[in-house]
Amino acid sequence: MTSDGTVTIDLAGLGGLVDALIRDGYRVIGPTVRDDAIVLAELDSAEQLPAGWGVTTGPGRYRLRRREDRAVFGHSAGPQGWKRYLHPPRRKLLEATADGRFTAGEPDRTRYAFLGVRGCDLAAIAVLDRVLGGGAHPDGSYRRRRAELFVVAANCTEPGEVCFCASMGTGPAAGPGYDLALTERIDGDGHRFIVDVGSPDGARLLAQVGTQPARGAEVRAAREAVAAAADRMGRVMPAVDLPSVIRESRESPLWEEVASRCLTCANCTMVCPTCFCTTTEDVTDLSGEHAERHQRWASCFELDFSYVHGGSVRTSGASRYRQWFSHKLGTWHEQFGMSGCVGCGRCIAWCPAGIDITEEAAKLAGGCS
Amino acid sequence: MTAEAMVPVPYRVAGRVVETADSVTVRLEPVGEPVPEARLGQFMMLYAPGIGEVAISVSGPGPMHTIRAVGAVSRALHDLTPGRVVGVRGPYGTSWDVEDAAGHDVVIVAGGAGLCPLRPVLTAVLADRVRYRRLVVVAGARTPAEFLFPHELAAWARRHDVEVLRTVDRPAEGWTGPVGFVTEPLSALELDPAATRAFLCGPEPMMRACAEILLAKEVPAAAIRVSLERAMKCGIGLCGHCQLGPLLVCRDGPVVDYTVAGPLLAVKEL
Ligand SMILES: Cc1cc2nc3c(=O)[nH]c(=O)nc-3n(C[C@H](O)[C@H](O)[C@H](O)COP(=O)(O)OP(=O)(O)OC[C@H]3O[C@@H](n4cnc5c(N)ncnc54)[C@H](O)[C@@H]3O)c2cc1C
Ligand code: SF4
Ligand code: SF4
Ligand code: FES
Repeated sequence: MTSDGTVTIDLAGLGGLVDALIRDGYRVIGPTVRDDAIVLAELDSAEQLPAGWGVTTGPGRYRLRRREDRAVFGHSAGPQGWKRYLHPPRRKLLEATADGRFTAGEPDRTRYAFLGVRGCDLAAIAVLDRVLGGGAHPDGSYRRRRAELFVVAANCTEPGEVCFCASMGTGPAAGPGYDLALTERIDGDGHRFIVDVGSPDGARLLAQVGTQPARGAEVRAAREAVAAAADRMGRVMPAVDLPSVIRESRESPLWEEVASRCLTCANCTMVCPTCFCTTTEDVTDLSGEHAERHQRWASCFELDFSYVHGGSVRTSGASRYRQWFSHKLGTWHEQFGMSGCVGCGRCIAWCPAGIDITEEAAKLAGGCS
Repeated sequence: MTAEAMVPVPYRVAGRVVETADSVTVRLEPVGEPVPEARLGQFMMLYAPGIGEVAISVSGPGPMHTIRAVGAVSRALHDLTPGRVVGVRGPYGTSWDVEDAAGHDVVIVAGGAGLCPLRPVLTAVLADRVRYRRLVVVAGARTPAEFLFPHELAAWARRHDVEVLRTVDRPAEGWTGPVGFVTEPLSALELDPAATRAFLCGPEPMMRACAEILLAKEVPAAAIRVSLERAMKCGIGLCGHCQLGPLLVCRDGPVVDYTVAGPLLAVKEL
């Protein structure tokens, strides 16, 4: 080990890490290639990682591409965030019987280990921690899953065209909150990962894996590669006081202009790793003796979302885009003391109309100054 | 609390009073462990098993809830007969700061069902009448038959220490009172603006119009409180439905003062 305790593992070591996590009772979730995209799925071994695959992204565009090397973390964000495991798309809230007994849905006891979490996505988990776990009435389901979570972060050295985490302060280096963080290196010395230990749990797991001490020069080079990635992002969020710009722009004509392109399809909310909104659905069996209540993801782009008896508050597409955008970048600060956007760029890549949150923010900032 | 924060506890309907053609007041009693007592203006999430759950203000102790049947869930709650079980979560949200009104004139303006969360304010002021100065209640209903708590309104109107001003949108036979919106009697009131505390609840356009009248009479925005209504699914800041600009109405409201509400209610479809 170097003086700061940094070690390296090779591909076999990464395989060993996955095995150790599985032995420890974790369900290991990581990136893998499926349906022409890099998706998150349960991994049985490190073999399933997307070795040699990268992605090309742009507004409304996402393509897999072959890489020249066998990098396993050489791709930027895919359509899914880790949110779907911590805050699932659908879950049972309760069961009710006709005689008035209400019981909570069976708690999910799964222990997840996330492999390859980028800075932006680790920041997104911190946002969910605040929103779902940090209020006066926390979501117990989220808190249980979160308490059991093991995070293997991946420092980013290859940001994509739609990435702007550097300007959101969430990357490219993974911030606090990981158990282990990997920086992937492929050069004349081979394919390996510089490992930073973030917790006692991380150290315990790492002890089960064959490690090599990292050389000082190699650690410095890895850190520099991560730092340099900050300058190679395809996008930036304008460095203005967005909450106040947005507050002053509630009646801006920009909303109508975006609405003329926006399909209110809700894709941007579904792919966003911090969007947390849900709705409830009630079902009964035919006898009416047994009822269930489910929670599922919802979106402020749905017309029903703001429905109060008599009608919806936000009927126009312009008001719904304004709600989404203003919440992410503006009112989230007032509600939770942080931004609701971590700069992952997913909403840009997965918007069928190619609407770009950074471009709209720049227009708004420009119009205000 | 935990996920169980979304799981209600059972309450039995212990009493049911028909208020109007579509509204009832139900008194609930806990089947097992009770929920904490509500502060004035707070709401509960009431669950009709298998049908759904809605936010309903606490309109009296017990707790009591006054429910207007306007959709599937409120209809199911409205129709519950004594002995039936409902789910209760809460109490949630902010409350009317009636303590702050001690030593002041109290003006209560209610439109329709807006009287539900305001009834506890009246009860509280009347229970400790000497600590407050003037007490004015301006209540509006669509028709004379649609006033909630009609007997209580009449009883309050008979007292020398309460001014009750009732107005209806549409008159009916036997109605000798004023016809028009609550804004009219409110406009006609002579107020001591620096010493007034106003509590408003009703449809948003009504609250805005009333607040504007009060502001024009130089009642400070901070002395005007309104109770907001937005779609609510969780009631505890987790589902996002009740957003109004910077507010999560279930958490930061429903009661807010007009320095906060004014700029938000002025924006269409916010
Ligand atoms: C703080 C607060 C206090 C309240 N206090 C009271 C009170 O004291 N008394 C009272 O009577 N009411 C009160 N309400 C209103 C109450 O919560 C309900 O909104 C009202 O009773 C209507 O419920 P409903 O389901 O019967 O009506 P509906 O009109 O059927 O629907 C209202 C709810 O059901 C869903 N919904 C139904 N139909 C649709 C549709 N077509 N599309 C999308 N969504 C739909 C919506 O999500 C909506 O939240 C209060 C509301 C709030 C926010
Ligand atoms: S708003 Fe867009 S860029 Fe920001 S976190 Fe959500 S998906 Fe990522
Ligand atoms: S911004 Fe794009 S992704 Fe979001 S709702 Fe509009 S069209 Fe869909
Ligand atoms: S009702 Fe769910 S956040 Fe307010």
